[in-house]
Amino acid sequence: MPRTMITPRLLASEDQTLTAPSISNQVAGEGPEASPEMPKMAITVRGLAKSYGFNGVLSGLDMDVSAGEVFTIFGPNGSGKTTLLRVLATLTRPDSGRVVINGFDFTREAALVRSTIGVVMHSSLLYGDLTGRENLRFYGRMFNLAEIENRINEVAERMNVAHRLDDKVRDLSHGLEKRVSFARALLHRPKLLLLDEPETGLDQNTLAIFEGLLADYRKVGGSVVMTTHSLERGLALADRVAILGGGKFVFVDSSDNIEPGELPGIFGRLTGERQ
Amino acid sequence: MKVRGRVPLGPVWAVAKKDLLLEVRNREIVISLLVFSGLIFIIFNFAIELTSANRDTVGPGVLWVAVAFASVLGLNRSFIIEKDGNALDGLLLTPVGRDTILIGKTVGNFIFMAAALVILFPVFTALFDVNVLKIEVFVIALLTILGLATVGTMFAALSVNTRAREIMLPVLFLPIAVPILISAVEGTARVTEGGGWGDALQWIEILAAFDVIFIVAALLTFQFLLED
Repeated sequence: MPRTMITPRLLASEDQTLTAPSISNQVAGEGPEASPEMPKMAITVRGLAKSYGFNGVLSGLDMDVSAGEVFTIFGPNGSGKTTLLRVLATLTRPDSGRVVINGFDFTREAALVRSTIGVVMHSSLLYGDLTGRENLRFYGRMFNLAEIENRINEVAERMNVAHRLDDKVRDLSHGLEKRVSFARALLHRPKLLLLDEPETGLDQNTLAIFEGLLADYRKVGGSVVMTTHSLERGLALADRVAILGGGKFVFVDSSDNIEPGELPGIFGRLTGERQ
Repeated sequence: MKVRGRVPLGPVWAVAKKDLLLEVRNREIVISLLVFSGLIFIIFNFAIELTSANRDTVGPGVLWVAVAFASVLGLNRSFIIEKDGNALDGLLLTPVGRDTILIGKTVGNFIFMAAALVILFPVFTALFDVNVLKIEVFVIALLTILGLATVGTMFAALSVNTRAREIMLPVLFLPIAVPILISAVEGTARVTEGGGWGDALQWIEILAAFDVIFIVAALLTFQFLLED
């Protein structure tokens, strides 16, 4: 038997009133500005459903992520991890359900939701024929950032990609392109990072940068929702982990309660797949 | 960072400027517009027996047919660059309204078409001996490409996520663009036949009316076209 199915605390904050954080220019650091107005919950999802034709991908999913929490989602291929992240990123409209992100209602305040999230997907979401700097400059303008050039230099330094920032993205290796993609996601100091299998295809150096970034981001109160196939790495980075199966979370628990060697067994039992 | 309810000009210009930068680097859209239009000019120049009696009447039809068909290539390309690296998702993740993206892309496409016309008009005048280098025709041209760019950008966004996007865009776009093209041909013919503002004004007004209708329709529907 799995130790935890849906934990009671997952549903505890259903009626919690969320306060909208102020959207303001923030000064330094990679994470969000710590603010007394910041909502306690980064994400509240209730009854989320999404299907493509007759193929139900998410069916009545509930989810809570606290501010400052790293939440890792595991699941076999086709379990709906990417769909869930796309819904949270406002890229995919769900069939039903309520989503509140950083205090903003998903449907009525989608632009405000987007202003507080940073997203890294499988694809870099960059223009291959523009340089990394031109891409970041473009996104900086779209987010109406002040002092764009300074901010570009900051995030490029943080991702250790400043030396290749004036090369076309098309000419960069996968790892370097991913670093620029992270820089794009961090540019506007989001309060929440949504990362879809961010470690895929990265070398040890880039992985170290990524892990350092996550640690720093958590320190300043930033929240992270990450999907991954790497149980070991996902568990090591997370405050809580969840397993997605049948369109819902079939397991949610604090990473402190799970031994590293225990997770593959839980995953196999709940999903019927070996990891 | 500011998030505003109305369409902000900064992001509109950022989208258009990004498209212009990509075009300066690749020269794909304007070059394809020029090559395709030039080819149609040459074929029609051989195919149609133009006389002094029919030149000023037939010529405008050739001009706008060439521009309409060539614009399909450019409009398709303007959204294919967004699919490369899934940059369209990146664009949709920015905190601007979908109308801002539509207007930015339309401005970019309008500039590409205008740049192509700057070269095509003298070429057409030289090949067909029909003088379209007149201020009245320029006004007609600006209103025509505004309408074509608006409708074309809307349908390019719709068709880019379909498998048969190269076929889908002309099938959707050209029938809707017919009123604009008819007005452009008629208005241009009135001018090339020796008329002035008074003769062309009726068609200019019709063009302007269709532009307004298409711009409003595009702004109202664009957000639904880009949804997953």
